[in-house]
Amino acid sequence: MSGQDAATATTAVTTVGAAAEGEPPTSPRMRGIGASVPSADVRAKTEGTFPYAADLWAEGLLWAAVLRSPHAHARILSIDTSAAAEMPGVRAVITHADVPGATTHGRRIADRPVFAHDVVRHHGEPIAAVAADHPDTARLAAAAITVEYELLDAVTDPEQSFGAAPLHPDGNLIRHIPLRYGDPEATGEVVVEGLYRIGRQDPAPIGAEAGLAVPRPDGGVEIYTASTDPHTDRDLAAACFGLDPDRVRVVVTGVPGATADREDPAFQLPLGLLALRTGCPVKLAATREESFLGHAHRHPTLLRYRHHADAEGRLVKVEAQILMDAGAYADSSAESLAAAVAFACGPYIVPHAFVEGWAVRTNNPPSGHVRGEGAMQVCAAYEGQMDKLAAALGIDGAEVRMRNVLSTGDLLPTGQTVTCPAPVAELLRSVRDFPLPSLPKDTPEEEWLLPGGPEGAGEPGAVRRGVGYGVGMVHMLGAEGADEVSTATVKVVGGTATVICAAVDTGQGFATLARQIVQEVLGVDEVAMAPVDTDQPPAGPSAHGRHTWVSGGAVERAAKMVRTQLLQPMAHKLGMSTELLQIQDGRITSYDGAFSTTVAEAIEGKELWATAQCRPHPTEPLGADGQGDAFVGLAFCAIRAVVDVDIELGSVRVVELAVAQDVGRILNPRQLEARIEAGVTQGVGAALTENLRSVAGLVRHPDLTGYALPTSLDAPAVRIVRLVEERDVVAPFGAKAASAVPVVTTPAAIASAVRAATGRPVNRIPIRPSAAVAVPNS
Amino acid sequence: MTLPVSLDEAVAALTAMPAAVPVAGGTDLMAAVNAGLLRPAALVGLGRINEIRGWQYQDGHALLGAGLTHARMGRPDFAALIPALAAAARAAGPPQIRNAGTLGGNIATAAPTGDALPVLAALEAILVIVGPGGSQREIPVSHLLAGREMLRPGELIGFVRVPLLHAPQVFLKATGRTGPGRAVASVGLVLDPARRGVRCAIGAVAPMPLRPLEAEQWVASLIDWDGDRSLAPEALEAFGEYVAAACVPDQGEPVSSGVLHLRRTVAVLARRALGRALTS
Repeated sequence: MSGQDAATATTAVTTVGAAAEGEPPTSPRMRGIGASVPSADVRAKTEGTFPYAADLWAEGLLWAAVLRSPHAHARILSIDTSAAAEMPGVRAVITHADVPGATTHGRRIADRPVFAHDVVRHHGEPIAAVAADHPDTARLAAAAITVEYELLDAVTDPEQSFGAAPLHPDGNLIRHIPLRYGDPEATGEVVVEGLYRIGRQDPAPIGAEAGLAVPRPDGGVEIYTASTDPHTDRDLAAACFGLDPDRVRVVVTGVPGATADREDPAFQLPLGLLALRTGCPVKLAATREESFLGHAHRHPTLLRYRHHADAEGRLVKVEAQILMDAGAYADSSAESLAAAVAFACGPYIVPHAFVEGWAVRTNNPPSGHVRGEGAMQVCAAYEGQMDKLAAALGIDGAEVRMRNVLSTGDLLPTGQTVTCPAPVAELLRSVRDFPLPSLPKDTPEEEWLLPGGPEGAGEPGAVRRGVGYGVGMVHMLGAEGADEVSTATVKVVGGTATVICAAVDTGQGFATLARQIVQEVLGVDEVAMAPVDTDQPPAGPSAHGRHTWVSGGAVERAAKMVRTQLLQPMAHKLGMSTELLQIQDGRITSYDGAFSTTVAEAIEGKELWATAQCRPHPTEPLGADGQGDAFVGLAFCAIRAVVDVDIELGSVRVVELAVAQDVGRILNPRQLEARIEAGVTQGVGAALTENLRSVAGLVRHPDLTGYALPTSLDAPAVRIVRLVEERDVVAPFGAKAASAVPVVTTPAAIASAVRAATGRPVNRIPIRPSAAVAVPNS
Repeated sequence: MTLPVSLDEAVAALTAMPAAVPVAGGTDLMAAVNAGLLRPAALVGLGRINEIRGWQYQDGHALLGAGLTHARMGRPDFAALIPALAAAARAAGPPQIRNAGTLGGNIATAAPTGDALPVLAALEAILVIVGPGGSQREIPVSHLLAGREMLRPGELIGFVRVPLLHAPQVFLKATGRTGPGRAVASVGLVLDPARRGVRCAIGAVAPMPLRPLEAEQWVASLIDWDGDRSLAPEALEAFGEYVAAACVPDQGEPVSSGVLHLRRTVAVLARRALGRALTS
């Protein structure tokens, strides 16, 4: 399917059987923009030969283990490492005292100790690390370190954080945004209020954190790890090691998928420190438990809302209070809060908005960047409010949303004008008008999967079906003045093009897109991606759908520069400008057709290099009243959820999710669908089962049995009913990021459908069975 | 790791190496090893002992080998014999777990959420324990689960004897999700027309399956065993409430919403289980 076909066709795919359709991977048309080019590593990953970070090996390596705090909040009175250091096979034991450089670090604010030394502020915080010649020895040695604690009261309720004694020298309030927009005295004829709670979703990467650090002869160190932001990780590591950044090299190795800041820097620091200390390669592979304890989670959030609307259901004013639990350290909480506050009203026109947001410290597990952060929590709340409004007015949920939808040219409550395409009405209409799935009684020949599963206790007589809607939005790229820049190099040597760009493909498919871009511009078939390391110029983190935009833009510019180098001599010979030559289907042809040659022939024996940067238009931080042009671009999504609920047991099965998404332009149809299906499934997990529970700050069940990820039986039929291709003129190729917005919207849609099925308020995500129990016919 | 091919050899290996741990499917044991909770000095693998991988008939009972996998028990031929145990086996996790996990392992692990356990409790299964020197003794499954009797050094669960009741049996479990998951609560319910009894056990709500004996006797007295065995919906409802009140205590005032939800879940499961058993 070409890009043009995709623009006009209504794509309807289901997760089941989609792979059987489409062109075979060997088709000659499988190249360039708009083709479903498969990922280059897909074969290795399915055959099990792809080298993940946990497979790394070096001759003579040592194994590391980290001692972590068993308490959520305690004062450290003493640390005795002597017993561990004396164990046979132990080569080094390091604590806070052994950090040569900066003793605190952090991606945004350096407020997190490399090793806790005076106070531990969350369960699982690193205190010491050991290198030994066997992994068991390392673990035993770590366990032999004696730490004397004085237990302190753990602050685990974010509402208590305001009045509690400071948990950190920087204070408990990480950020406060009081957004004021419009007239505070405005009131509507209908007022609805709600209180919503969002749980703690874990990114739960199936491959837990792993890495290898190798000391260099020059006193530096190389860290092999599955980083998603290698240059930031390098700079943090160099600062803590007391080395110049050019003495530390981060090499990105097999990333097993990432939907968040993939590796906590706190994971790479002990590795590098131990390698520098021992002079040996050191490997660390986190256990599942360490992985759950160490990396950042989605912010648990408490939201209070009051919506005012007129008698027709048009919004007049939104008042909201948003309290985000940041855990003990700041990480990206300030940015997450900005997104939550800015999108607190959703993709709706709101003349007056008063939103106060706080991100506060607690002794709960750390929070940070997980895709759709901030936006997802508020979406579940403002869509709950829209349902309440619809119920108060006695009109349909889709209709009340339709009366308020945002479009291009409208203002966000931050005062920013929406300049990008915002086809929210079209998205909502598409999912609303899509035929509903049949009821089991209408298709008795089909097997009906009841809530509770194939061997569950479901009883057809107690099952109610509900239909609900969610409309969500996210921003793309870093916000509030972040310098968004990426650099890429394209070279053509010996008939093959290579892209050198430090943008990490975390599974989002950037490597495939970069190959497609070069194929499109240069007409070459063979395009390779160079492995990523920090000797390359920085490309920034893999987050906020950045790489399609900034790194894709940089690759395109570099490829166009190579194209000019290639065509210039020919054009000169023909006495025409290079614009009159075109590259298509592997041939270079002049405008009049008089001259024609193949690309392969033209690049024979040539060596062409070009490097380019892409830097989108700048943004500004939100001001004291929450006003400012803080975002580069926005993406929207509408989802209609159909659920079956066993109203006696409260078990929920999501039958179908109909998705319509604003994608700008389809660069790779198959990959785009896969991203949307993956995002929706992550949203199903957030909506129903995923919640990393903690009691008094201590994480309960940090394993994949206790933390229930969706299985194929939990995943619904995903119907992508509409992909709106309105090109965003400022984005390269006009494409929008696709992964985050389905995650943001899905929980809201499912909650809405469960409300419809049960009549219960459903104001807590994930939805617990007890919240979905209803009295029949009430 | 030793791999005996008979029960006698396995017992001999365990007697010779008292520190050795027997392993069948390994679905619980290996998880504990991987989590660093257990580092056995030696393992005695039970996977090659053919005599415990099937079943045989013994005067109105089935003698089930402890090495029967959940996958095997889930098949239709087994389901025709002991339907509730087959249903529990089919519900016991994803296919990978069912292919490896065994009946004996489920009993030996004695996890509160073990899916086979409420069914065995309702069937009043008897464990045949083999020990050193060819010794053999029998203990009720509930005695082992309650810790009233323990396995002695060198002993293994060889077989599980369950009655063949030739009457409807039901296993139901609530997990809160559609995919395979741990039970929040489960129920095994069997009818015993010969003894005019209803036997029911609730799993996952306590460290071992609980039998609501008074509720069983009360409801059995309502059933017309010689007639169509049906009960009015109100009676089914009352049975569910009776079972739930017996198995989920208040645990202090005020009763928490969690306890109320669990009690409601147990009531619904017991009601549905009895309803299905009486109408099938």
